Amino acid sequence: MNKPLRRIAIFCGLLVLTLLMRDNWLQYLKADSLKNDNKNRRVTIARYSTPRGDIIVGGNPITGSTETKRNGLNDLKYKRTYKDGPMWAPVTGYASQAFGANQLESLDDGILTGNDDRLFFRNTLDMVTGKPKQGGNVVTTLNPAAQKAAFDGLRHSGGKGAAVALDPSTGKILALASYPSYDPSSFAGASSSDADAWKKLQKADDSADPMLNRALRETYPPGSTFKVVTAAAALENGLYGSADQQTNSPLPYTLPDTRTELKNEGNIPCKNATMRVALQYSCNTVFGKIGADLGKDKMLAEAKKFGFDSEQFTPVRSAASNFPKEMNRPSTALSSIGQFETAATPLQMAMVASAVANDGKLMKPYMVDKLQSPNLDTLEQTDPQELSRPLSSQNAQVLQSMMETVVKDGTGKNAQIPNATVGGKTGTAQHGVANSANPYAWFISYAKMPDGSSPVAVAVVVEDENANRDDISGGGLAAPIAKNVMEAVINSKK
Amino acid sequence: MSSTTNSSTHHTSTIGAIGAPSRRNTELALLVFAVVIPVFAYANVGLAINNQVPSGLLSYGLGLGLLAGVAHVVVRKFAPYADPLLLPLATLLNGLGLVIIWRLDQSKLLQSIKQAGSAAPRQLMYTALGIALFIAVLIFLKDHRVLQRYTYISMVGALVLLLLPLVPGLGANIYGAKIWIHIGSFSIQPGEFAKIVLAIFFAGYLMVKRDALALASRRFMGLYLPRGRDLGPILVVWFISILILVFETDLGTSLLFFGMFVIMLYVATERTSWIVFGLLMSGIGAVGVASFEPHVQQRVQAWLDPMKEYTLSQQGVGGHSEQAMQALWAFGSGGTLGSGLGQGHSDLIRFAANSDFILATFGEELGLAGIMALLLIYGLIVERGVRTALAARDPFGKLLAIGLSGAFALQVFVVAGGVMGLIPLTGMTMPFVAYGGSSVIANWALVGILIRISDTARRPAPAPASNPDAEMTQVVRP
Repeated sequence: MNKPLRRIAIFCGLLVLTLLMRDNWLQYLKADSLKNDNKNRRVTIARYSTPRGDIIVGGNPITGSTETKRNGLNDLKYKRTYKDGPMWAPVTGYASQAFGANQLESLDDGILTGNDDRLFFRNTLDMVTGKPKQGGNVVTTLNPAAQKAAFDGLRHSGGKGAAVALDPSTGKILALASYPSYDPSSFAGASSSDADAWKKLQKADDSADPMLNRALRETYPPGSTFKVVTAAAALENGLYGSADQQTNSPLPYTLPDTRTELKNEGNIPCKNATMRVALQYSCNTVFGKIGADLGKDKMLAEAKKFGFDSEQFTPVRSAASNFPKEMNRPSTALSSIGQFETAATPLQMAMVASAVANDGKLMKPYMVDKLQSPNLDTLEQTDPQELSRPLSSQNAQVLQSMMETVVKDGTGKNAQIPNATVGGKTGTAQHGVANSANPYAWFISYAKMPDGSSPVAVAVVVEDENANRDDISGGGLAAPIAKNVMEAVINSKK
Repeated sequence: MSSTTNSSTHHTSTIGAIGAPSRRNTELALLVFAVVIPVFAYANVGLAINNQVPSGLLSYGLGLGLLAGVAHVVVRKFAPYADPLLLPLATLLNGLGLVIIWRLDQSKLLQSIKQAGSAAPRQLMYTALGIALFIAVLIFLKDHRVLQRYTYISMVGALVLLLLPLVPGLGANIYGAKIWIHIGSFSIQPGEFAKIVLAIFFAGYLMVKRDALALASRRFMGLYLPRGRDLGPILVVWFISILILVFETDLGTSLLFFGMFVIMLYVATERTSWIVFGLLMSGIGAVGVASFEPHVQQRVQAWLDPMKEYTLSQQGVGGHSEQAMQALWAFGSGGTLGSGLGQGHSDLIRFAANSDFILATFGEELGLAGIMALLLIYGLIVERGVRTALAARDPFGKLLAIGLSGAFALQVFVVAGGVMGLIPLTGMTMPFVAYGGSSVIANWALVGILIRISDTARRPAPAPASNPDAEMTQVVRP
């Protein structure tokens, strides 16, 4: 009987060996992926086990942590709080015990919770000395005064909209506002009132979609503001030698290959106008013709240099703006005045203004200046980075003078600032079936100081369903907001 | 081989017959470790959770020490030549199990859903009962061969135990498996006791029938096919296993009984064909039942895609359980060295966290290292059991020892494999460590019987010189 007994012994040994191998697979090979699985409750527990690090604007935290009221089922110790939550929500995103995290709260979660590998040594030291784990800080590039000007401006305009301000020379994001917004504090916890607040903010319950980050994630037809890109394409491709050369464009202008006339808004001097005059009065005919003359490939190439067709990682991802790739000649003309399928995020149009202001150099937009360890050592510093050169510095200066004319004598007078030179472009984009919906009011601009530096470029869009249709024009609705944002930046530099 | 030496000198001629040291002091030394390690673990949990040494430390340590001490004294008196490892290993597992159960008692989450809170004191009481039964086995079962007389009574007893959960009013359906019976405020899992009683029946039956089963066979394609009439018993056992699976929806118990029977049949007959038949029949049975039994299908689904099962349960789709995925997360989060006792979150498993899923807490808090140690302890118990079977001098003892150790090994594999996601989950518990009276009491009885057999096996033959012929017979036995 002993031979089968020995075999059974081997069999039992194999059973144990199989279990040992499975355990090694589970607790060694798969351990990290199981441990860091977002659905693993321990990830959330760790995220809220200590006060989170803060997101910092202008030296002051805009976030905080408070101890949660705990009962048997709530295993999370701390809860996120926000100062001026609705104003900063497009920057911070949210960190909710029940609903996860997004944007900076999610992207820099490792630093904020203190779990990042770069904090490993420190954490180990803390563990030995018995100190609780601490989170690091995320220092942003934002300018609190500019953000407030942008958010207040949008709120007072009464419509949905967004505003983005950039520092043209570095690409730092100075303001990033979206309206209507939401207070991430309202659903930061895990109680039923948090769940109610969350539900009410969803698009299904609130058609205004307050949780949409319009500054980064919504694309709008840019309308006439896109004429800046078309003008840049004309200059870069040598279609016209200067801003003041007559463009030889007819009025009325019939779209190529069609019998459809392209209309201007009102009776404006567009016949054979120079590019400067055409931009000043926002002539659809002139820029439509420029687009058609250049053709879709050259237009697309220029648009891409400004950042169209690619997502930006600020590090919060923005939607890709669109310039159509396949289209016929009349559509090219329409696309070149910001209609047809052209669509841009507010961030994209701010990048257009900033590239012009920065003498043709487009800087990569970013909103995280540095990541700090809990004792405020810098772990990672973002350096300004050149993204592309949409136009030569010479052509950029020509385009600047054209945009400055717009503000000085044209449609953008509402954006004038004393002691600074402002260049801008208005836009009023048609949309909806047969252009029936209320248009979007756009304004993009930059300010230049007497010393030649350019501290800020802005893009503002307001979509207003309630306003009187005639009132909507970039100059009337959006330009004053842009002006306030620029002034806030200039004043904070003093 | 000479064995005519007189009894006053050392005997070196026969194996296991003469001169084997009793090893009782080894057992005592190991027992000290088996008590001290859980006491330290207990203090560790208290420090981690409440920042203080738990107030019950002394009484817990004394309680466990007293139980182990009494057991040891009884072994010393009534089974002096018993295997020295079995008692310390079982004590260590039982002690660690108590610590983890107490640790889960501290979980606010489990308290709030009434899955834990006062389980540890009850488990300590069950442990006392289990050790009492262990002592009773050693005192009243002077020779395991006595059990041979109760072969057919055992069969009836096992059947009754297995069918009890199906009796209306007595049985209870808990989380889909009908393996409990309620008596007063206690619930008992008769399957745990049936395991031992069935092993006694199989051992007695096979000892009588082994020659018929082994020799009367035809050779076909290299396999010895048994005669049709000899197939009877295996078919009956198979059929009972299937019945358990269908009516009690308990995959684990049915696999355990059938596996135990096939192991014992193979050892009794030395015919590999029985293993082939066994595997074929259990395969057919399992697939056949799974094709129409929704409970079994659900367990298989949860095994194949635990994440999907988790998601469905989170969405509130009825009948689904997040446990399998929660257990995997617990293991993964433990990693190599574990989070440390008292510092994990295995209470997220919620239901049955301290019984069926207790291994996940070991995994999370003691890590890969802890689980490997635990599995090796189980492996060592099985090894001692198999060694006892090898050393046993009578076929009944051999069969009983291998049946009990094989069943123990299978149970460990089925439970640990289920919790670790290697095989579908079944409703069984980890011997000794899991919360549950039936399991602890039955397994102490199992260890008691193994100790009794090992004592008989290692005991020096009485007065060898007076009857050299008898001893010669023993020497030539293979």
